[in-house]
Amino acid sequence: MKLTTKMVLLVAALSTAACTNPNRFGAGSFTDAFDPNASVSTNAGIVAGSASDPTSTAYFQQAVGDRVLFDVDQSSLTTSGRATLDGQATWLLTNFDYTAIVEGHADEQGTREYNIALGNRRADAARSYLLSKGVPSSRLQIVSYGKERPIEVCSEEACYSKNRRAVTVLAGGLTG
Amino acid sequence: MMVRIITALIALIMTATLSVTLAQAQQGPLRIEITEGVIEPLPFATPSFVPENGESAEMGAQLASVVAADLQGTGLFRQIPSSAFISTVSDFGAPVQYADWKAINAQALVIGAVSVAGNNLTVKFRLYDIFSGAELGSGLQFQGTVEGWRRMAHKVADAVYSRITGESGYFDSRVVFVSETGPKIDRKKRLAVMDYDGAGVKYLTDSSSLVLAPRFSPTGDRVLYTSYETGFPRIYVLDVGNVKRRVLESAQGSMSFAPRFAPNGQTVVFSQATGSNTDIYTMDVPSGRATRLTSAPSIETAPSFSPDGNNIVFESDRSGTQQLYIMSAGGGEPKRISFGQGRYGTPVWSPRGDLIAFTKQSKGRFHIGVMRVDGSEERLLTASFLDEGPTWSPNGRVIMFHRETQGAAGRSSLYSVDITGRNLRPVRTPEGGSDPSWSPLQK
Repeated sequence: MKLTTKMVLLVAALSTAACTNPNRFGAGSFTDAFDPNASVSTNAGIVAGSASDPTSTAYFQQAVGDRVLFDVDQSSLTTSGRATLDGQATWLLTNFDYTAIVEGHADEQGTREYNIALGNRRADAARSYLLSKGVPSSRLQIVSYGKERPIEVCSEEACYSKNRRAVTVLAGGLTG
Repeated sequence: MMVRIITALIALIMTATLSVTLAQAQQGPLRIEITEGVIEPLPFATPSFVPENGESAEMGAQLASVVAADLQGTGLFRQIPSSAFISTVSDFGAPVQYADWKAINAQALVIGAVSVAGNNLTVKFRLYDIFSGAELGSGLQFQGTVEGWRRMAHKVADAVYSRITGESGYFDSRVVFVSETGPKIDRKKRLAVMDYDGAGVKYLTDSSSLVLAPRFSPTGDRVLYTSYETGFPRIYVLDVGNVKRRVLESAQGSMSFAPRFAPNGQTVVFSQATGSNTDIYTMDVPSGRATRLTSAPSIETAPSFSPDGNNIVFESDRSGTQQLYIMSAGGGEPKRISFGQGRYGTPVWSPRGDLIAFTKQSKGRFHIGVMRVDGSEERLLTASFLDEGPTWSPNGRVIMFHRETQGAAGRSSLYSVDITGRNLRPVRTPEGGSDPSWSPLQK
């Protein structure tokens, strides 16, 4: 399952379970699918609407951009990566109900342990940048999946470049 | 004559340590040819073990077939099919008809017998050197349970291997690994344990959480592994017998992974990531007390103890790329040992102490290789799109690893290869497999 798909399902499940203010979040067309392994389910309370709602998870993912990409073997932020993170920081400072986990990933061209450490460096680079823009550290955790969670699997640079990423996954917050 | 077999096999094994003392000086029928990586395996015969009571008839054939598969699987022996046999063996104590076995060029003959009483199984065997017309060593008897019959066959094969090569065997051993299903984009992983030959797979976890890199304890009763069950990588220790697990302590806000036991079975060495940095730590398991061994800003991971417990080999990118280093078990200044082209990772110290196995990436390919502890005499044993994660057989002669194939349909499977680079073989598992860890020989 693609990460983005998983997030939508998760959001769908949470909105089904805990949607207290549907007007704010608009009408999404969600299924009842639920992923019991999603790690944020204890913090049920997020609801999300369509990407046209600027306070929604979908808006964060699609309009702000939830991920930054890295060069081969690198964990330094690119110019476009910084621009994306600027947008994330602004959004997080406006939508202060949300916490997030920054997930670091690597492509498959590396050994398992090294890629976990490399993904960690990438996640930390994104987190550190967000902190430098004023997002409180209490709202940002990091985790690395190394090469375990590719979103593209063609074993070519076109796919590898999308897998070398740090994704800011909104992971909780308060309804209001 | 058996002395010549032994000499030839020892010479063969010597090539494994690169003292290429070939058996070329020897002449005669028992000579094992070793030329440029091509060897002539030793022909042997293993008739069905003689059933000593009615209940054991089927067991006799099964035992002989596992013994034969073990020996043949080494690449050092070649099984002569029973269809070629002239003699039949129906009495364990009867004199061996050496001429009949010599006629079909069997150089070694394993005769066995089996009896079943309730759930108790008794297996005995004798090994004969056909060309010298004598028994090699004396007969041995093993007792166990009917369910444990495969182990008894492995014990017979270990004894035969050991008598002929002068090395300890590796057949009565297990492998813990990650069993994998599903496409790369949605891979499900769970821990499993099996006999070294892929038989008797048992699952130790379900696939609800990502699990990685299980590692046997020095006594084979516990397994360390990394699981994401809390959402973050943490190290767990699992009792193989009752499948109970517990998390090892780790600092809040950090990730822990790449654990391995020290030879004392009580200390664990592992990596911990804090902030952007990954370093190596040890932990005393009973007390939960951790000690930091490295503090460079670079990535330090994949640590593995030397068998004497005095040193640790690990990988670090402090030079700019992943390379192998050795430091003292208490930390201190590490010494780089890898200097070839490319990147080196996942070092594992051999149980004999003489070699380090590793994963190498060079020019877009992955290799499993070995080098001496001082970094000399590097040899690459395999090459593919992705070979990774070597583990040593208990006698330090064979390496198991996993190979992942390319693209969306890519699949991961287990393989084994001799440290000579010969005898690359798939290890069959019911699902895909990765991250194998070989146990010591069972008691």
